[in-house]
Amino acid sequence: MNQIQVQVMLPQHLRTLARSERIVALDVPEPVTQRTILDALEAAYPTLRGTIRDMATQQRRPLVRFFAGKQDLSHESPDAPLPEAVARGEEPFLVIGAMAGG
Amino acid sequence: MSGVRVLVGTRKGAFILTSDGKREEWSVCGPHFAGWEMYHLKGSPVDPNRIFASQTSSWFGQTMQRSDDGGHTWEPVGNQFAYVGDPGTHQWYDGTQHPWEFNRVWRLEPSLTDPDTVYAGVEDAALFRSTDGGQTWAELPGLREVKGNLWQPGAGGMCLHTIVLDPNDANRIFVAISAAGAFRTDDGGTTWVPINKGLRSEYELPDPDADVGHCVHSIAMHPDRPDVLFMQKHWDVMRTDDAGAMWREVSGNLPSDFGFPIAVHAHEPDTVYVVPIKSDSEHFPPDGKLRVYRSRTGGDEWEPLTKGLPQENCYVNVLRDAMAVDKLDDCGIYVGTTGGQVYASNDAGDTWTPIVRDLPSVLSVEVQTLP
Repeated sequence: MNQIQVQVMLPQHLRTLARSERIVALDVPEPVTQRTILDALEAAYPTLRGTIRDMATQQRRPLVRFFAGKQDLSHESPDAPLPEAVARGEEPFLVIGAMAGG
Repeated sequence: MSGVRVLVGTRKGAFILTSDGKREEWSVCGPHFAGWEMYHLKGSPVDPNRIFASQTSSWFGQTMQRSDDGGHTWEPVGNQFAYVGDPGTHQWYDGTQHPWEFNRVWRLEPSLTDPDTVYAGVEDAALFRSTDGGQTWAELPGLREVKGNLWQPGAGGMCLHTIVLDPNDANRIFVAISAAGAFRTDDGGTTWVPINKGLRSEYELPDPDADVGHCVHSIAMHPDRPDVLFMQKHWDVMRTDDAGAMWREVSGNLPSDFGFPIAVHAHEPDTVYVVPIKSDSEHFPPDGKLRVYRSRTGGDEWEPLTKGLPQENCYVNVLRDAMAVDKLDDCGIYVGTTGGQVYASNDAGDTWTPIVRDLPSVLSVEVQTLP
């Protein structure tokens, strides 16, 4: 199975928790989707399990957003292919803490 | 020389305050887990350098941390809290049934005898236990079988916020839930009974004497008298002398019997502390004066403790887990406020001084007495 090196940008709280840099590089099997990226992210950083998606249902947590290619992909299928620039590792897949509060 | 370590959980991180046995000079370390809501931190009575912490976020959910060196360094431990079987439903704010959903860990209670065993009280209300230092968690599901479908969330959520372990009987545990009431197990958590007789909730429940549904805010015990419990209910300060078989009101001359925390003096089982709050709709001290009240008679007769506490224009709250006592002689008392102050008394409440004034809103205060 082909693996692509993908970049993922993490929000500050998750960087602190994972003790990682702002952008982490992950080897992700094709096709590159939200699900395959998050599987690889959680395998590399087990402490992030449950913080981005529910451990039991695998549903995105309500106040987490996924951006890529200047689009909000949060409501797309987790199995939909991501934009080519992300899938080729040229642009990062952004995990975002949603705006909330005043 | 002995000393104390005060573990402070706030809405934006954890802080560790330390002092020697005089408790006059303090050092403040933190924030740990900056930006996260730290609902509760508590050290093992068996190994005081082992501290468990509940780290949570509305964005990123629940994680758990453990320190084995007194809070200098931390490692994440297990954060999977799965209800046993189909958790079913409980009563929702509008009276309909609502699915049980895990939200966060409110309370951690390390075992009195085993440093690897720790209990966690969670929202939606359930009790979990870890026997491997927090790496894995298993629910004690018998608790939710006690009319769980009638439990309902309080304003802060449907949380199991109080866990009291009986030092004389490892199989006896007391818990309290908002808004379900108090419960006891005598078989190590397999089966539970409601212990709410004598509680009256005239303006909160259609049946003021109901078996379950009461909004208990906190329960405290002195280890020398484990059958005697003191309770701060939504309204009313209560006492039982028979491990919860019957409660009686001991609010006495308090200016308000609404409040959140309750604590018992470390060496005097009949000396009890509460922090009266004006009402359930005005969560601040009566008359703008922060007063801790002390009873030396096991309730009914209360005296205000004011020296060193703000006595004008004070409109902070003291949450249910934000008062603790140390075991030194004189007994020390610690109170954290939603305004970010942590006040300490090193003379059983006669005088107070702020350790810190400007932390984020304080959610919990625990104290460890160190050799």
